[in-house]
Amino acid sequence: MPLEAQVKRIVIEQLRLDRSDVEREDSFSNLGADSLDLAELLMRVEQTFELRIPADSARELRSVGSLIDYVASVATR
Amino acid sequence: MNASVPSQAPAATVPVWQPATGRRVVVTAVSCVTSVGGDAVSTFASLLAGRSGIREISYFDTADYDCRVAGEMRDFDVGPYVNAKDVRRMDKFVQFAIACSDMALRDSGLDFERTGHHRVGVSIGTGIGGLRVIEEQTQKLQERGPRGVSPFVVPMMLGSIANGHVAIRHQLRGPNLHVSTACATGSQAIGEAACAIQRGDADVMLAGAAESPITPLFVAGFGAARALTTRNAEPSAASRPFDSQRDGFVMGEGAALLVLESEEHARRRGADIWGELAGYGVSNDAFHVTAPHASGLGAQQAMRMALGRAAMTPEDIGYINAHGTATILGDAAETQAVQAVFGNHALDGGLWLSATKSMIGHLLGASGAVEAVVSLMSLRHGQVHPTLNLAAPDADCRLDCVPGAARERQLAAVMSNSFGFGGTNASLIFKRYERPSPRGVF
Repeated sequence: MPLEAQVKRIVIEQLRLDRSDVEREDSFSNLGADSLDLAELLMRVEQTFELRIPADSARELRSVGSLIDYVASVATR
Repeated sequence: MNASVPSQAPAATVPVWQPATGRRVVVTAVSCVTSVGGDAVSTFASLLAGRSGIREISYFDTADYDCRVAGEMRDFDVGPYVNAKDVRRMDKFVQFAIACSDMALRDSGLDFERTGHHRVGVSIGTGIGGLRVIEEQTQKLQERGPRGVSPFVVPMMLGSIANGHVAIRHQLRGPNLHVSTACATGSQAIGEAACAIQRGDADVMLAGAAESPITPLFVAGFGAARALTTRNAEPSAASRPFDSQRDGFVMGEGAALLVLESEEHARRRGADIWGELAGYGVSNDAFHVTAPHASGLGAQQAMRMALGRAAMTPEDIGYINAHGTATILGDAAETQAVQAVFGNHALDGGLWLSATKSMIGHLLGASGAVEAVVSLMSLRHGQVHPTLNLAAPDADCRLDCVPGAARERQLAAVMSNSFGFGGTNASLIFKRYERPSPRGVF
């Protein structure tokens, strides 16, 4: 599965969204996630992709697209 | 005998408690979830029918455990109360509390649009809190390190977090209390909530307790303390309060809440009044961390205080919902204490006792709250549930503990007792509500 689809699936599962797809433009707050949801989501991403998201980077990740880009940038580094 | 147990001091002069002053406090709704019912009515019906909720433990593998039975809430469906996403953020005791809060507030008929939210408070106790979460997250910490720990661990494990969830859900902005006194928690959470109303801090308090303690660590811990039954072959016969063959308690889980209200507030809105919380007594054995005082001196004091605060005599009480855990020491001490306080009334057929724990097990912190609900159901309906498995009453337990089948009797007042590790004792008295007599106004 391509990385983008993989991240989107994690977002849908982790936030228990009642839909099959999310857009890059969707912000986590519009998807109903609060700060604790987001912390848990990032934990799951860290475990899945075996990476570590520092706190200052985490604060910038406010949308699905930004999370996809971040994972892609770290994964290809 | 444990060498560290201090000698039992002789009873000093028993003090006298004066009738309570302040506002009268009444009950305008009750709710509970237990292993034998998803609400107060179905729970009470099961108890009257002598139906046990004790089964083999299914939550975890008990192969290595000496005690393999408990009163699990297998039929509880949280769906109507909490959505799937939020369920993951709550330990079970919180889910139980939310279900009870919805039912109790609905049945109370309270309309916060009219009364406002600011003088409505919450007092939900827990003896333990989110133990399951602590156990699971500790394992994750060991396996994956600090970054493997859930961001929800703290708001899930706090014993007082049910209060927060319930306050948010129903916008209850008044005093928020959390009592945690082991197995006396539920009774004390109700008693202290009534005090908040009496002194004028609130008009309405949603009060009770919730507990979900059936976890590997707790069953192991109580087992190691030899407090639990090992009668695994026939689960429904395992919990035997006051019986000669009792061998320890059975763990249970669930929750119960009462809507407590100042009398004038309840009358002004025309509420259905279940009864008055007439007396509340609380004390400590000051004796031993787990064992009760053999004569139940602290328990006696709590009962005497409740009677004094209610301005009642022992003969006014027709029924006691006993603490009755089915431990060897506990039931014998409770019997002694009741005999000491109630005298001949305890032996002449005037006083009935029954042990709810014979059917749903010991809900630890929540037991006193469920038993308060059961006591109020008995007061309202004139029915008393039996003590299950009381086949051959122990020589040390000679009170009328309603063996066999349910009974009927008009009750003017009932008492509910709870005694906890740490020596805390709490006693509640509920009586039929009587309007104040008119003072020649007309």
